[in-house]
Amino acid sequence: MTVETSLLQSLRDGDVDAFTWLVEQYHTSLVRLARIYVHNTVIAEELAQETWLAVLQGLDRFEGRSSLKTWIFSILTNKAKTRSQRENRSVSYTDLEESLHASHEPTVDPSRFNSPAAERLPNHWAVNPVSWEGIPEEILLSQETMNLVRQAINELPEHQRTVITLRDMNELSSQEICNILGISETNQRVLLHRARASVRQTLEEHLQPET
Amino acid sequence: MDEKMACKELVELVTEYLEGNLPDETRLRFEQHLSGCAGCTAYLEQMRQTIRLTGRLREESLTPQQQDELLKLFRDWKKA
Repeated sequence: MTVETSLLQSLRDGDVDAFTWLVEQYHTSLVRLARIYVHNTVIAEELAQETWLAVLQGLDRFEGRSSLKTWIFSILTNKAKTRSQRENRSVSYTDLEESLHASHEPTVDPSRFNSPAAERLPNHWAVNPVSWEGIPEEILLSQETMNLVRQAINELPEHQRTVITLRDMNELSSQEICNILGISETNQRVLLHRARASVRQTLEEHLQPET
Repeated sequence: MDEKMACKELVELVTEYLEGNLPDETRLRFEQHLSGCAGCTAYLEQMRQTIRLTGRLREESLTPQQQDELLKLFRDWKKA
């Protein structure tokens, strides 16, 4: 029996620990995803709760054609879309458009590279990034570093934040994310790349050994 | 297109590379550049570490209020 089938079985049996584990895994992500559509934390929280109820009520019908998490996220997305339409609020994609408009802007500060007109090694690193390989795990995984990663993600524009969270934290596939958010694979990758590059930048400033 | 890939170009292709999404010809230029460039090798490794560290993040704990509400929802469902 896979972890997922045994989890499903526990849920169907009404095991509270299985439910608690699941909400701890995904509730915050659900609220965050809902906020993209409804722009209101209270309503987003409501939508996430409605989603959990729908999950519980739908357990017996769930056939496992998608993974459990994809199923949960798509219930939320459907509810959020309906809710935003009912309130006659077209989904604001301003932030998405902004993120994508910026897609031709470099994700690494151009001053890190030699000028395109340089005689020697144009567009090459002016100063090479320093490898992190020598950094001990206890520093990389320290509370301080992890908090910094969290903060960097929280400060990203909404769609970038959603994509990096779904992909790198909740480990959904890019196909699943495209379906959930209704965006193209290309746009998904652009958002993901920009998000990762920003977080890397923050980490680099923090981890750079003093010179 | 310039035969040789510049560092400035490579850094924008890292996610596509990691996703296995680059066309063969571009992937080849990417890897050729990488094999001779310590800076880009470090950059790629930093991006991989960034992804790994993000994966280690756990969701922020739920507030006691959220926990209570969700548990109530669960109990009500179970009763029904």
